[in-house]
Amino acid sequence: MLETLALYFSYPFVRYALVVGLLIALSSSLLGVSLVLKRFSFIGDGLSHVAFGALAAATVLDLASDMILVLPVTVLTAVLLLRSGQNARLKGDAAIAMLSVGALAVGYLLLNVFSKSSNLSGDVCTTLFGATSILTLTPADVWACLGLSVLVILFFLVFYHRIFAVTFDETFARAAGLGAGRLNLLIACVAAAVIVLAMNLVGSLLVSALIVFPALTAMRLFKSFGTVTVAACLISVLCAGAGLIFSILASTPVGASIVCVYILVFLAACGLARLGGRT
Amino acid sequence: MTQLLCEDLVLGYEGQAVVNGLSFQVNQGDYLFILGENGSGKSTLIKTLLRLIPPLSGKVELGGGLRADQIGYLPQQTPAQRDFPASVEEIVRSGCLNRMGRRPFYSRAEKAEAQADLERLGIAGLARRCYRELSGGQQQRVLLARALCAAQRVLLLDEPTSGLDPSAAREMYELIARLNREGLTVITVSHDLPAAARYASHVLHLAHRPLFFGPREAYLQSEVGRACLAMAKGEEDA
Repeated sequence: MLETLALYFSYPFVRYALVVGLLIALSSSLLGVSLVLKRFSFIGDGLSHVAFGALAAATVLDLASDMILVLPVTVLTAVLLLRSGQNARLKGDAAIAMLSVGALAVGYLLLNVFSKSSNLSGDVCTTLFGATSILTLTPADVWACLGLSVLVILFFLVFYHRIFAVTFDETFARAAGLGAGRLNLLIACVAAAVIVLAMNLVGSLLVSALIVFPALTAMRLFKSFGTVTVAACLISVLCAGAGLIFSILASTPVGASIVCVYILVFLAACGLARLGGRT
Repeated sequence: MTQLLCEDLVLGYEGQAVVNGLSFQVNQGDYLFILGENGSGKSTLIKTLLRLIPPLSGKVELGGGLRADQIGYLPQQTPAQRDFPASVEEIVRSGCLNRMGRRPFYSRAEKAEAQADLERLGIAGLARRCYRELSGGQQQRVLLARALCAAQRVLLLDEPTSGLDPSAAREMYELIARLNREGLTVITVSHDLPAAARYASHVLHLAHRPLFFGPREAYLQSEVGRACLAMAKGEEDA
């Protein structure tokens, strides 16, 4: 087994995949803590579907890089969704449901009608579930992922205390003049960036798992914002690493393997919390 | 010294007036109770005082070198906060954020400030505890400590005792009265008339327009004050 691993890691693209995978896991867990606590988990889910639609359009248009279209479209949707979420909770909820299934349908239709690929269902499956796409990243993709995740991590470091304030109590943050509106806008942009990033790793249907599971798992075990954030990062990186290595050894789909590790760790955390008498 | 002066205010949203013809002033050291039923325009007034929405007409003036972001605000709790993983220390320190400019992290002075406010409210022992595991009264004290961190001169409290049992509510009121005696100006929005009768120095009674504004003694003698107090007594007896 170790020999197999050593063999795999002698290939540069496998090492790229691992580094990029871990960075993506780290940035999505950071984002997840504030999205889950703000009760915006569903926005992450909606955005990933919109990103799928945009990706389909980019494929059909035969753009040089998918990112050129996918990133702006997703950022724009994120900003619009966060806006509507503030004004009317129920309407925002329904809008997201419509948007996500709508984007899925339009994306699939576009691919089906205009695709030049011979293996259409394979392509769609890859976009939705990630398949092995992480292993086929080009060096340019790797650098883009690296840059974007470093930006996301820096954002969370610099704004850590303000993100806490806005997440815990938006009314107070507004009254204290912390620029809550601008910060929410930034969080929306970062959310979109993370989702586009994470699609490379696990595919658009499984992206929410990367965002939601680490935060929820950490919240079972820890009781302050600081410890929850750090724990979510560690859990996410370890789970993603384990999932990636498992998928290499067992030749299973990358995204699904990672998500299954998340589920197992989440269940274990629930058990631990119950044993410890915490809720 | 006048800290807050409101003249001929018309308050509301998008051109729709909720409160008309409102004038009142708050001097340093006052303890003003803003009374009124739900929907009488109390929350609109709070938002206007915090500069979250502009008045439709009239003016709000701050005096004595007070800035709008120096008003320490105690909002009502949201359901999301009840299971939010946060330590007491994290919450209280976040009150200091508004004077940090672009600096990303807390300085030693701000941490000391948060600690001092915890001690002032007698909850220094809770600093490392998890907010969601505290009792309702303790949670309100934590949010009050955060408001103190944000401002040392004026407190604006939105229903500070809602959801508390009677003894916790009394403790909260005593604590606020102590802060007021120590020199803080306090503005409390509430529909707790007996508390106003006991603690306020001034009363503003709102019902889309001011029914009364003046010192507590005058309010208790006034028609609206007597009528409301009789009603509150009746509810208590029932």
